[in-house]
Amino acid sequence: MTRAILALIARDLRLAGRVGGSGALSLVFFLMIVALVPFALGPDLNLLSRIGPAILWLAAVLSTLIGLDRLFQADEEDGSLELMSAAPVPLEGVVLAKVTAHWLTTGLPLALASPLFGLLVALDGTAMGATALTLLAGTPALSFIGAVGAALTASIRRGGLILAVLVLPLMIPSLIFGVSAAQAASGGTVPFLVPLAVLAALTLIAAVVGTLAAAAALRWPE
Amino acid sequence: MRLSVDNLACRRSGRRIFSGLAFAVGPGDALAVTGRNGAGKSSLLAILSGRLRPDAGRIDVAEVGEASLPECLHAVGHRDGLKSALTAGENLLFAQKLLGAPRLSPREALEQLGLGHAHDLPVGYLSAGQRRRVALARLLVCERPLWLLDEPTAALDTASQALLAGLMAAHRAGGGLVIAATHQALGLDGAAELRIESSVAPEPEHMEDWA
Repeated sequence: MTRAILALIARDLRLAGRVGGSGALSLVFFLMIVALVPFALGPDLNLLSRIGPAILWLAAVLSTLIGLDRLFQADEEDGSLELMSAAPVPLEGVVLAKVTAHWLTTGLPLALASPLFGLLVALDGTAMGATALTLLAGTPALSFIGAVGAALTASIRRGGLILAVLVLPLMIPSLIFGVSAAQAASGGTVPFLVPLAVLAALTLIAAVVGTLAAAAALRWPE
Repeated sequence: MRLSVDNLACRRSGRRIFSGLAFAVGPGDALAVTGRNGAGKSSLLAILSGRLRPDAGRIDVAEVGEASLPECLHAVGHRDGLKSALTAGENLLFAQKLLGAPRLSPREALEQLGLGHAHDLPVGYLSAGQRRRVALARLLVCERPLWLLDEPTAALDTASQALLAGLMAAHRAGGGLVIAATHQALGLDGAAELRIESSVAPEPEHMEDWA
């Protein structure tokens, strides 16, 4: 079973790097949004560094949506999902493997690159580190929540927009606690660890509920 | 393994596709499922592979240990489950790791189907018939007793059809089972035939609930 799950993760990572994969695309999209904000707001460094973590988090939420609509749809269309249902792995395992691969190609690069992009919004060192840490803890939740929407829209043509409408509201709690943790690190009355712990808890809840819900949606007959 | 199906019925989108299907197959047996377009051949295979829930009836599997029915079968259908961006070898290696019970290496399986040269080619570059043969090579990379084939000869040339007939004969000689939905003679010697007579000439009572 572990071997099948590892094989799935390896395949999805390889596909992300090939033609038509969404490998570096979400990272580029992330950079685009973060780079646009200073142009829109003007060169007010104080303002930028105050709202910097919020901008990075918003950009992360939006770039998670890149490629999410194809997460299960591509496998549904070409019959790979049927192949996976014949594997000695429950569908929950398949979902877990695919979400892991999705996070490794979107969430993780975003978290690792966020200190660099923090320069664009004038973050100081502490805020950069804190934002990166909150993204690292929070983006898995975004992938898991997105997987539920992706599973529900797997058989709908051009379901990308419906997907965004479905999952964005569910990502709000992670967004709130991610941003408040990052801001707590650079001053404020709340200690950094409190919102970070809530964020981590949200991620764990999303991992359980998202896996089960996405598998149930894929199993839904017709 | 043994597979017996009793009084199976299928309903899709509220419409009765077929009902009262019964058959039993054991080691070395083959079953050719025939019937006109839309009679429910593919639906029957989808039910057997666990992708569709039957409306009524029972499916029993015996002599397979603890494995469930989807874990004992290979399904090759219209959608081939191949990723265009990956090479034929990568696709087969993935299937082997995913499904377990490895038998031939991807290269050996491809050579058996006369596609050894395609091992390192992306599947997207292959023709429809070659893609179908890569999908059929999946039957050889993992050991599974039941082969569910949906129109396996579609897009295959005569030489490849003979090749497939040989593979199926060898599989049955080793105690395997073959269930194939088809319109053509597949070269399955001594195969039983299951003809799905569709119950739907749209009579009013079959059109009941469209829910």
